[in-house]
Amino acid sequence: MKDHGIGVVRASGALLTGDAPEARTTPKFIAYVTCGDGDTVRIVEELEEAGADLIELGIPFSDPIADGPVIQAASQRALQNGTKTRDVFAIAESIRKKSAIPLIAFSYLNPVMRYGVENFARDTASAGVNSLLLTDLPPESAKEIRAAMHAQTIGTIFLLAPTSTDARIKAVDRASDDFVYYVSTTGVTGARKELDPTLIDRLDEVRAKLTKPIAVGFGISRHEHYELLRGHCDFIVVGSAIVRAVGEGRSPGSVAREILQG
Amino acid sequence: MTVPNKQGFFGQFGGKFVPETLMAALDEFESAYKKVKRDKSFRRELDDILANFVGRPTALSEAPKFAEMCGGFRLFLKREDLNHTGAHKINNAIGQALIAKRMGKQRIIAETGAGQHGVATATACALLGLQCVVYMGEVDMARQELNVFRMRLLGAEVVPVSSGSRTLKDAINEAIRDWVTNVRTTHYIIGSVLGPHPYPMVVRDFQSVIGREALAQLRKRTGKLPDVAIACVGGGSNAIGLFHAMLPHESIRMIGVEAGGRGPELGNHAARFSGGALGVLHGTRSMVLQDEHGQIAETHSISAGLDYPSIGPEHAYLQEIGRVEYHDCSDDLALEAFHKLSESEGIIPALESSHALGWLLRNGASISGDVVVNLSGRGDKDVPTVAAL
Repeated sequence: MKDHGIGVVRASGALLTGDAPEARTTPKFIAYVTCGDGDTVRIVEELEEAGADLIELGIPFSDPIADGPVIQAASQRALQNGTKTRDVFAIAESIRKKSAIPLIAFSYLNPVMRYGVENFARDTASAGVNSLLLTDLPPESAKEIRAAMHAQTIGTIFLLAPTSTDARIKAVDRASDDFVYYVSTTGVTGARKELDPTLIDRLDEVRAKLTKPIAVGFGISRHEHYELLRGHCDFIVVGSAIVRAVGEGRSPGSVAREILQG
Repeated sequence: MTVPNKQGFFGQFGGKFVPETLMAALDEFESAYKKVKRDKSFRRELDDILANFVGRPTALSEAPKFAEMCGGFRLFLKREDLNHTGAHKINNAIGQALIAKRMGKQRIIAETGAGQHGVATATACALLGLQCVVYMGEVDMARQELNVFRMRLLGAEVVPVSSGSRTLKDAINEAIRDWVTNVRTTHYIIGSVLGPHPYPMVVRDFQSVIGREALAQLRKRTGKLPDVAIACVGGGSNAIGLFHAMLPHESIRMIGVEAGGRGPELGNHAARFSGGALGVLHGTRSMVLQDEHGQIAETHSISAGLDYPSIGPEHAYLQEIGRVEYHDCSDDLALEAFHKLSESEGIIPALESSHALGWLLRNGASISGDVVVNLSGRGDKDVPTVAAL
């Protein structure tokens, strides 16, 4: 795999030098947390101990249209706690003091625009964040943001969905620096009992068209999902199941362990 | 220059900022729209429904007694309140429902603030045999109870939205979440010149009948173009509808009136130009009321239809190039106009439209010539709100 020298790839080339068959069959674990909902630094520490390979740091937004009720509620709590974008950078810095785990900032476009794209790129980099994913920013509108992030060696990641056409698969593959994030089903984020029955076939089909690794997210919340996805993707993303545990005062680490080990 | 461009931008405003899942549906909608635009049978079907079901063309009424209270000009009201269902919203709802049918989508979703777009969409769905689900904030459901009942009578499911400020913004969030989930079978009929491309263009085109009719009617009555055109602006569909055909006529002064609410502090109004900043909300880049951290602000207006933190991207563009001027009108002034028009002319205007009239009451002394105001809807739905004051 080509080393692009930026983003998550640069942070942990080892994770993605996945030409070895083993690396491509056992998916790495990406854990999502909503920053400012609970003690995020401690939560991330616990998740890393439980086996998380990468962390998505959610920057809360008031109107998260791609998120289901669990992450909406967590974002609302975080905002009520007074969480600002700069607090997320402070959280990243604290994590970085103790850990080299790759960090992906995850949000919506408006808070980034308001912060100022150049400022955001600079502060993301100095906080030790490696990559950025904005759910409402398709690659064709991302020129300015990509350039600003790349100037700070921050990678950009884009989404693919079951409805994406071949032309869009190509464009997203080209624009994504680290990996492509495949949305498992049409819908918003949220733990689901069962994954979309067409997911595996569709995933194999999409993966074959990509030059970049592929992560799968939305709905993944059980060990059997992890087992089902083994061999079909490079990363799995678990969000709502972890965020729900945080909200209910349960251990996010045990959720991660349960998904990984059963 | 024709706007929007191919990517859906009006200058720096507009575009498509949505989760990937929706991108294919937007492309599908855009190609379906391009196809029906060239299709004479579509135009015939739409015109037939507009004439024989909606009741177009709507009247143009002169309002001399109200004009006298404002200043020394002739005032004409474009009577969109006389449309079937009581507002301009039906012009767009019928058009989009016809496209949905041609795309083979049997399920329609919509958001509504004042309830007029919800009623219009429920009506279009009943007429065309489509399933209809309308998202509405709980605050709006309480203040527009009559319209909730009307939608249910028309066979629509009304889903209460309890998140955020429980008004139009949150109803749109929920409608988008539904659409992301059911995108293959569902068409989302957005009710204003908002949202990702191609919505601002499509809604504008379906509403532009208002301005075309008004120009023709004025030509007959006065033999000339109007001097001033005024409309209230929430998302901005009735205003774009009035303005669009008039834009090439540079002699016409155009004024959009936003909700000034209770005052200029963030959270007390919906005046995006004086209080907002460039941002992205609900798929489009425009002027957005937000705090310094980019969190969307809550808004206030006595009229549910103007109570929204962003403004249609074409309005942001028209403001930037200086073609249309935007002002605001307070709750109190809108209420004063609501009463004055009712008493002087025998027309009860919607509280939304009352903002355009309220601005005229306060600023009419500086205006002369012929003025046309878009009376975007009737005020029946607002009677309980006004009675409760």
